[in-house]
Amino acid sequence: METLRQELKENIIEQLNLEDFTVDDIADDDRLFGDGLGLDSIDALELIVMLDKNYGIKLTDPKEGKEIFVSIAVLAEYIATHRTK
Amino acid sequence: MKRVFITANTIVSPLGFTSDENLQQIKNNSSAIQFYNNTEILPNGFHAAIINEEKLNQNFQKSIVASDYTKLEKMMILSLQDTMACANFEITDRTALLIATTKGNIDTLNTKSKTSAHKAYLHVLGETIQNHFQFKNEPIIVSNACVSGILAVAVAKRLIQNGVYDNAFIVAGDVVSKFTLSGFHSFQAMSDSPCKPYSKYRNGITIGEAAASVAITSGSTSQNRIEIIGDGSCNDANHISGPSRTGEGLYKSIVSSLEEANVSAENIDFISAHGTATLYNDEMEAVAFNRANLQRTPLHSLKGYYGHTLGASGLLEAIVGLHSMQNNMLYTSLGMDELGVSKPLNIIQRNEKKNIRTFLKTASGFGGCNTAVLFKK
Amino acid sequence: MEGVIQQFYLKSSILKTSLHIQSFCSFRFNKIILNGETVVAKEKGLSFSEFSKTVYKESGIAYPKFFKMDNLSKLTFLTAEVLLKNCALPSEEKEKMALVLSNRSASLDTDRKHQLSIQSKENFYPSPAVFVYTLPNIGMGEISIRHQIKGENAFFVFKEFNAKFLMQYSEALIHNKKASHVLCGWVDIEEDAYRSFMYLVSKRGTYIHSEAIINKEYQNI
Repeated sequence: METLRQELKENIIEQLNLEDFTVDDIADDDRLFGDGLGLDSIDALELIVMLDKNYGIKLTDPKEGKEIFVSIAVLAEYIATHRTK
Repeated sequence: MKRVFITANTIVSPLGFTSDENLQQIKNNSSAIQFYNNTEILPNGFHAAIINEEKLNQNFQKSIVASDYTKLEKMMILSLQDTMACANFEITDRTALLIATTKGNIDTLNTKSKTSAHKAYLHVLGETIQNHFQFKNEPIIVSNACVSGILAVAVAKRLIQNGVYDNAFIVAGDVVSKFTLSGFHSFQAMSDSPCKPYSKYRNGITIGEAAASVAITSGSTSQNRIEIIGDGSCNDANHISGPSRTGEGLYKSIVSSLEEANVSAENIDFISAHGTATLYNDEMEAVAFNRANLQRTPLHSLKGYYGHTLGASGLLEAIVGLHSMQNNMLYTSLGMDELGVSKPLNIIQRNEKKNIRTFLKTASGFGGCNTAVLFKK
Repeated sequence: MEGVIQQFYLKSSILKTSLHIQSFCSFRFNKIILNGETVVAKEKGLSFSEFSKTVYKESGIAYPKFFKMDNLSKLTFLTAEVLLKNCALPSEEKEKMALVLSNRSASLDTDRKHQLSIQSKENFYPSPAVFVYTLPNIGMGEISIRHQIKGENAFFVFKEFNAKFLMQYSEALIHNKKASHVLCGWVDIEEDAYRSFMYLVSKRGTYIHSEAIINKEYQNI
């Protein structure tokens, strides 16, 4: 799980162009949207693509995303149980 | 200030190759949207409103010598040819050509395309249209997301009012392509059934294709002329893809057009709105129309007939509106059942006779852009 | 009659010459020129990504969204940043300002990236963050958000820089009372070949608003 969290942080920084962040700046429980990392609606869509591409998870309902993209910890948990690759 | 009029128009769409054919289909409340089970383009197929290429070629060859034109070029040329034949003026060095498109010949970027990718440059598309009709001036290409078609009307009017040109032809067009379908799919913005503007059950857009053209001039005494009396095109300054929660840019655009025309909201008889059927766009419009005190004005979206024809939509839908004025008819907003926005709107639920003197066309798009243009009979 | 016509021309020529340009700003060959003076010059070998990142960092602004933009929007954003900093308009003037931009290649630089992501059926992962930038007017949206500009917007495409059209359209906007300031110009990029040129049209300013002056300043980089 720790490796997955680390991998997620690296991917999110790269995919979402979070230039001002390093892996160490993101705590497992930091909020991804709102005050935390300050992600927005386009980032949410980009995370959906990332889930599909890297882990074979297809989300079709954007509302599902809201429950999953809470923090790195929650996201890692979801991926670990649902991944197909 | 000079008065500026629209004197001729043509729609080329899946519903027909002339404005009259299109209007007949709209009167019958027929939609052009179909399901395409093409998994080469999207994994689960898609709904769209697409022009039958065979029919297009037949119409094209009827009057025009066949040449190496793309589908979009054929659509634009066919439309413009008809409009030019009906216009009351000829091309001179005081005639502008405006072309409105979001993506032009974008499908030529595909490495499997037989056509040179050079055609993807919009100025090359512009030259093709210019050369076909021997326009004297370099085309003015308006590429401003989904407001392009209606913004071009405002641009032409402003240039003619200020004496830059005497008259203008505008042609707007976009095609359904893998490029745009896949993009809107990645945005989770595509409806899984034909789109349902303003409905409680709406869940996204349906893409369509069309070309539409108009003739615009300050010199007309025709009975059928329609005057362009006001316009505005303001930015939300809020988000590049998410519609503004306050409807700021659309509201400001409407106010700008009303102030210019010295018309108040109560005097508008009918609105042809954008109504893409995404959750947030339709909600944004409801907020803006309520702020502008237009919640009781009869309103429709034509996306249920044509899908979202992107850069063509604003001009295409304005032309249908001009016919609404001339026929004194309000046409049904297809796909509407139960209102699904948080503020009241007067959505047209069935074709209805109404004396229409003043009509408002609005559109909004990515980049936070919005346009409102006001027409008078 | 002749008197009336003469008066009309006199009036229109007064209207025409009453417009001015406050400032010009250009980006090209990893250089920035502001009102004729080179204010930034970096090594020619830098890519646009490297150059734009350096300019952003040195400008001292904190706007993390910058890194999410495509290259056309970055170029649009930075040019407006340098120009508007120099013009120092009050925010109520800025809010009503019009934006009129143009270029040759629309958003083709980013369109090609989106096309690559959809080319193969097996590796079909179009990115929403790329797709949203496949329109040339998005950069205008970015500067509208950054500076809270809620005025007129229009993006045009021409084969080459068209000073005459930009002048005519800005004048029309001002005469029609749609704006009192127009941020005008050209922003074009394909891979590392980029060129931007923006200027602010208003009733006051150092330069006369004329086609010759606009063209001369455009060539000045």
